[in-house]
Amino acid sequence: MDWSAIFLTLRLALIVCAILLVIGTPIALWLSFTRWRWKFFIESIVALPLVLPPTVLGFYLLVAMGSNSPLGRWYRSFTGHGLAFTFEGLAIASVLYSLPFAVQPMAAAFSQVDRNLINASSILGASRLRTFIRVVLPLSLGGVVTGFVLSFAHTLGEFGVVLMVGGNIPGATRTVSIAIYDHVQALDYAGANRMALLLMAFSFVTLSITYSLNRRVWAVWPMHR
Amino acid sequence: MAADKHLSVRIAHRTPNGFALEAGFEAPAGFTMLLGPSGGGKTTILNCIAGFVRPDTGHIAIGPRALFDSDESIDLPSAERQLGYVFQNLALFPHLTVAQNVQYGIVKIPAAERRSRMMAMLESFRIAHLIARKPGEISGGERQRAALARSLVTNPAALLLDEPLTALDHATKSKILDDLRAWNTAHEIPILYVTHSAEEAFALGERVVVLEGGRILAQGMPQLVLTTPRHETIAQVVGFENVFDATVRSTAELQGTMQCQLDGTETQLEVPLGHANPGDRVRIAIRAGDIIIATEQPHNLSARNTFPAQVLSIRREGVRVVVMLKAGAIFEAHLTLAAIEALELEPEKQVWLVIKTYSCNLVAPAAR
Repeated sequence: MDWSAIFLTLRLALIVCAILLVIGTPIALWLSFTRWRWKFFIESIVALPLVLPPTVLGFYLLVAMGSNSPLGRWYRSFTGHGLAFTFEGLAIASVLYSLPFAVQPMAAAFSQVDRNLINASSILGASRLRTFIRVVLPLSLGGVVTGFVLSFAHTLGEFGVVLMVGGNIPGATRTVSIAIYDHVQALDYAGANRMALLLMAFSFVTLSITYSLNRRVWAVWPMHR
Repeated sequence: MAADKHLSVRIAHRTPNGFALEAGFEAPAGFTMLLGPSGGGKTTILNCIAGFVRPDTGHIAIGPRALFDSDESIDLPSAERQLGYVFQNLALFPHLTVAQNVQYGIVKIPAAERRSRMMAMLESFRIAHLIARKPGEISGGERQRAALARSLVTNPAALLLDEPLTALDHATKSKILDDLRAWNTAHEIPILYVTHSAEEAFALGERVVVLEGGRILAQGMPQLVLTTPRHETIAQVVGFENVFDATVRSTAELQGTMQCQLDGTETQLEVPLGHANPGDRVRIAIRAGDIIIATEQPHNLSARNTFPAQVLSIRREGVRVVVMLKAGAIFEAHLTLAAIEALELEPEKQVWLVIKTYSCNLVAPAAR
């Protein structure tokens, strides 16, 4: 069993999810509540990774992070090494790749919250932040959990983007899906099967837990609209 | 009733779908009823006052404190307007208990004082026993009380009510309103009450603002609004073409009725029993369509009010005919063309008026 690949994958997925919560929540909030007429542009950009082949996204990310790109040069001036084929580069790519999986369930849940509840909160003197924490978030917890889990599961299993941006460096960018590919290339089907089973079991358990929790979340808070 | 508490509103607003609202009125301390059919712009006015909708132009103020002024670029955020707003669907937070809901607007004051203020408010609205319940676990009337308590505990400068009591039965509704009135005798803030029910408006309001199609048709004391020169739409919105001030002569509790003498006439009407004693002043409203005309004195009728009258004028309005009659007071009756022909009605003709007891609506204590 390739434990280093497993731990690397888990670490990557957790970091990506944490970043997605931080940047995905404001994007989802903005998408739910803005009345800006060009909002659909942003919606399309966020949703692009859903339809693009991972190789396309990976290719452009690779170009954007390369040593000749402004981003790559800027990063090198800080750290002394490039962004492509590093864990950090992989994390950035994964964040972009999993963005719609975090943003869409959250945005859907936020826009389900009765606008009168939000108005009631502000007329009672609450700031926007307090309204979000005390009203919007508790009432859309299901969507936030779903977004977190979906992007976690999605990051666990990604392959194309990882291969393009991260390559296959053990301990830095070699994730479980790459390891499986390696095993198959080496005709080690037993090894590939062990890793694949583990990934499948883990994904299944994660999704089951979430869906069961989610159901309880909705049952505990009967919505009165 | 200090003038520095007045809510004054003067706004013009056009919604994205082309609805134009233009309204100006003053709401002093006490109940001001915003009356009109759905889609007339009542809720939009409340939302402009609350700051949820930004009017195109105008001025909204409570006493000297401007909440919104398009000329001076004043537009206070909702959170700083110090208003109470009870939404049509109440908008209680479903995931919080009654206690948490009621304390929501007073988190900035110390915990001990916060709790005592909350308990005092819950007690004055008789729901102190429900503090640990969630909105989904209490009755409609209790939810209504919780929503009022949540708004009033913040000591708002004005209270906005958007048809909050429509879903409640009459008894529950009047008990809640009694409690609200009791609260407001001590606080004396303007209460702007949106309703589409004319009965409710004239029973509760010290002032009435009649709104239709985004414009104010009439405003003032209920009696003034009702007797403003007949305006077709006001009569339709208000629903009563006949309004009489009267004095209670006798009550018959067992029958559930009372006799009232119309001011300046000998005419007596039997009306449903209200909270009144002989000698009390009342205001009676009758829809023109509820008045029956007979050419001979009717016998064996269930209707209790029959008295002779003289036709003053007959005016055709589309398919309906407006007949003005004098029977002490002036009555307006609406008949069909066929009925006019069958009865051979013409001015000066002597007829009989028939009015059911339950067609007589007690709308308010009469003006003194």
